Amino acid sequence: MNQNVQFFNAPALPPINDWEVFRYMGTKAVSEEMQALVLSCIDEARKCFGRRVCYREFDACVIQNTVALGFTNVISSSLAKNLEGCDRIILFAATLGLGIDRLIAKYSRLSPARALCLQALGTERIEALCHTFCCEMAKKYGRLKPRFSPGYGDLPLELQKDIFRALDCPNSIGLSLNQSLLMTPTKSVTAIVGIRR
Amino acid sequence: MKITEFLKQNILYLDGGMGTLLQGAGLGVGERPEEWNLSHPDVIQSIHRAYYEAGSHVVNTNTFGANLLHFSKEELEPIIAAAVNNAKSARDAASGDHPKFIALDIGPTGRLLKPYGDLDFEDAVSIFAQTVRLGVKYGVDLVMIETMNDSYETKAALLAAKENCDLPVFVSNAYGEDGKLMTGASPEAMVAMLEGMGADAIGVNCSLGPKQLRGVIDRILAVSSLPVLLKPNAGLPQSKDGRTFYDVLPADFAAEVADAIQNGVRIAGGCCGTTPEYIRALTQKAKDVNPLPLSQKNITVVSSYTHAVTFGKEPILIGERINPTGKKRFKQALIENDVDYILREGLEQQAKGVHILDVNVGLPDVDEVEMLRRVSGELQAISDLPLQIDTSDPVAMEAALRRYNGKAMINSVNGKEESMRSIFPLVKKYGGLTVALTLDENGIPDTADGRVAIAKKILAVAAEYGIDKKDLIFDTLAMTVSADANAARVTLDALSRIRTELGCHTSLGVSNVSFGLPQRDVINGTFFAMALVGGLSAAIMNPYSAEMQKTYHAFRVLNGNDENCADYIVFAPTVAALAAQAPASTSGETGKEGTALQEAIISGRTVSAEEVTEKLLLAVSPMEIVQNEIIPALDRVGKGFEEKTVYLPQLLMSAEAAKAAFGKIKAVLSNQKTEQEQRIAIVIATVKGDIHDIGKNIVRLLLENYGFAVTDLGKDVSTAEIVDTVVRLQAPLVGLSALMTTTVPAMEETIAALRKKAPWCKVMVGGAVLNREYAERIGADRYCKDAMEAVRYAESL
Repeated sequence: MNQNVQFFNAPALPPINDWEVFRYMGTKAVSEEMQALVLSCIDEARKCFGRRVCYREFDACVIQNTVALGFTNVISSSLAKNLEGCDRIILFAATLGLGIDRLIAKYSRLSPARALCLQALGTERIEALCHTFCCEMAKKYGRLKPRFSPGYGDLPLELQKDIFRALDCPNSIGLSLNQSLLMTPTKSVTAIVGIRR
Repeated sequence: MKITEFLKQNILYLDGGMGTLLQGAGLGVGERPEEWNLSHPDVIQSIHRAYYEAGSHVVNTNTFGANLLHFSKEELEPIIAAAVNNAKSARDAASGDHPKFIALDIGPTGRLLKPYGDLDFEDAVSIFAQTVRLGVKYGVDLVMIETMNDSYETKAALLAAKENCDLPVFVSNAYGEDGKLMTGASPEAMVAMLEGMGADAIGVNCSLGPKQLRGVIDRILAVSSLPVLLKPNAGLPQSKDGRTFYDVLPADFAAEVADAIQNGVRIAGGCCGTTPEYIRALTQKAKDVNPLPLSQKNITVVSSYTHAVTFGKEPILIGERINPTGKKRFKQALIENDVDYILREGLEQQAKGVHILDVNVGLPDVDEVEMLRRVSGELQAISDLPLQIDTSDPVAMEAALRRYNGKAMINSVNGKEESMRSIFPLVKKYGGLTVALTLDENGIPDTADGRVAIAKKILAVAAEYGIDKKDLIFDTLAMTVSADANAARVTLDALSRIRTELGCHTSLGVSNVSFGLPQRDVINGTFFAMALVGGLSAAIMNPYSAEMQKTYHAFRVLNGNDENCADYIVFAPTVAALAAQAPASTSGETGKEGTALQEAIISGRTVSAEEVTEKLLLAVSPMEIVQNEIIPALDRVGKGFEEKTVYLPQLLMSAEAAKAAFGKIKAVLSNQKTEQEQRIAIVIATVKGDIHDIGKNIVRLLLENYGFAVTDLGKDVSTAEIVDTVVRLQAPLVGLSALMTTTVPAMEETIAALRKKAPWCKVMVGGAVLNREYAERIGADRYCKDAMEAVRYAESL
């Protein structure tokens, strides 16, 4: 393990927001049956959510479209814009672990409706985990910029390789990157958060 | 002196952290530590030497990430050569007259294996194999597989080591605070698998400090017959004033680890944050501790990728339903490659409380090697139960065992010379608990004496292969009591003698006993009870049988296994339900039920769709139900979806309810032997390199609803497999899915190949990155933006 990597012991997350789940499922009309489906998915998935977060701080510097991130340099006008007025960043990776992926895999064979619901539930939970992390960091560092991930705007997905190296994600939190630059477990986020000067 | 010899009498000390010291010496962010073997040999040598001089018997080469995923073949050899030579130079230079060994260090690849990740098991084995071969070539004394946080990758690494060298292999895993590996395995599951495969020492490193790892270490010590290894971090990383440090100091670290040694740990060192100072403190602190002798635990156990199932404490139920014998619907599923049906059978048995699933997919006309490998692999992706691999074909057995994630149950070996010679080498290599049938070249003896004698013979031959009796479980063969009044008696006598005289565990296929009799359940239940009293450890049984369930639950209460009768109290109400299972009402108001079925499908109520269909089937022909109820309901939902008044979740829920109704209808049709009229055959797949299949599964579900014969090849499917299947089935339509831009070329390649080999076949494509223009450019006939459009297109052909 890289000894510069720090860990965030996430407190209990806010309760699951059903409406966010419905939104991620892509429905505007919610029937009784759908509500029952979401409830039973929540019940089944409850024990499957891990919450592991690792992070590091770096000095950062924006020169036009080039951003020096402390662990690498990247050309991205959208990240440059996001980090305006920042000279430090927090780089973090968060994951719910493989439990929810296992459930999704199980039901994508048996019940695509349930799989869709569990997908949505996982998305809601990883967002909640990231939100909780960023709120805690804001307590420590003051005002933060909105988190920014590879794939947002023109920030290349290729940056994932550097992020994974800087945070040693596989050994730190059991997060791995496949050849297509996608993460497993799938309910995971890596992001850069600017600390306002 | 060989390290295994030394270990018999002594505590073996390992080294401490390497990464920590390299970062201290100036290793940059993103720089690869293994390259320092070549660029900074002096630094590496001085670290190794410092550990030897601090009292380490073993140092790990600086090769944690030295594998073909991180380095090219040309880069790898010089790095490993230099790493081993650095350790040798340090050994030659170091003072101290204690024995000094060099371990080839092997860390995880950093990639997750399939089915969740994208690295194939066999590819992982070859990656590790290359590192092992190079380490052996340059002269290490042992292999140290460490910091593994996935049981499957651990198996790949151990298999690679075993297949490529004769050196001792130590295996160490990184456990989280929850006492499990990242991918879910418990310490007991890891011990079962690693002991079975022939590791020389097993244990724990990294992740946490010595105090936090104590729980895991104690659990390993309780079940391991092998030397146990502990290599913790110097506590947890803390941050102060932008500096990171570990919170356990050498003296406290030494005290904690020495205490673990007192409790049985035989191999100790440090991981992240530890330095030669920690190792010196440890060897000083523990120098007067006498090593505890190793003890044989004699635990009969199997495991999955999450947990171990131990025999002997209470009866173990093995679900027998994944087996085509006498099951028409199951045979049909095998022939049609309908793996989902088989998976569902597994999950339903799990819901009925079985502890292990028997897996038998042998059928003439079915490629058993491939089918067994596929079904056992897919079952392990969706169920955490251990599997009992059930086949008479040793080739199929090996294929399934090799890829099994854990320690499997093996069904079976018998007293025939040929059987033992083909099965025992597999058991030795891959580990496993083997069911041994008491029959041989002369058949099944009709006396208990005869069967016990065969059991003794099997034990003796197993011992020649180094297989202990704890890894054999004897089946004294339940014969049909209707053919021979003494049959059950002989089976039971042999069983209890093997249990008491030979001290072995036993298993029975219970259901055979009642063959040819009416109300077989009644006989089976009592036979099961008699066998349990006689010492039966496990039963291969039908978990849907009410009598078997009753016997099982009652026995656990009466035998003192069910504390406060808690499980029985949960079970009891279901008994009443089983008894009250009255035949469905036959009152003929089918008009109402017809509407009820449509409603159930439209609102997506799977269970009620099934129930209503069952009732309807009493009065209406299957095809009428399809035509007048199911199709109109589906059409309404499908139209709603196209008009955007119905959203995806409801479409799916309706499709599933319809599928459930079809399931009931299909069961009736396959009994009536009438050929259901099916629409055209369609082959669908997610293309090579892409592992996303939710969209494809939705398309499949809807196509099936509309009566198409869908062959689903799954995800990450090669061009050749798609083309071959289309040609074999003469399919007029194929559906291809891709989610990522990086896999669209694979789609294009598949279409080109189809045009050449199957020019009659239309190609529809879909997936997040595609649109109409893009689809045209890669040569598809049709882009379908969603599943309903795929149905409409298929209907138009």
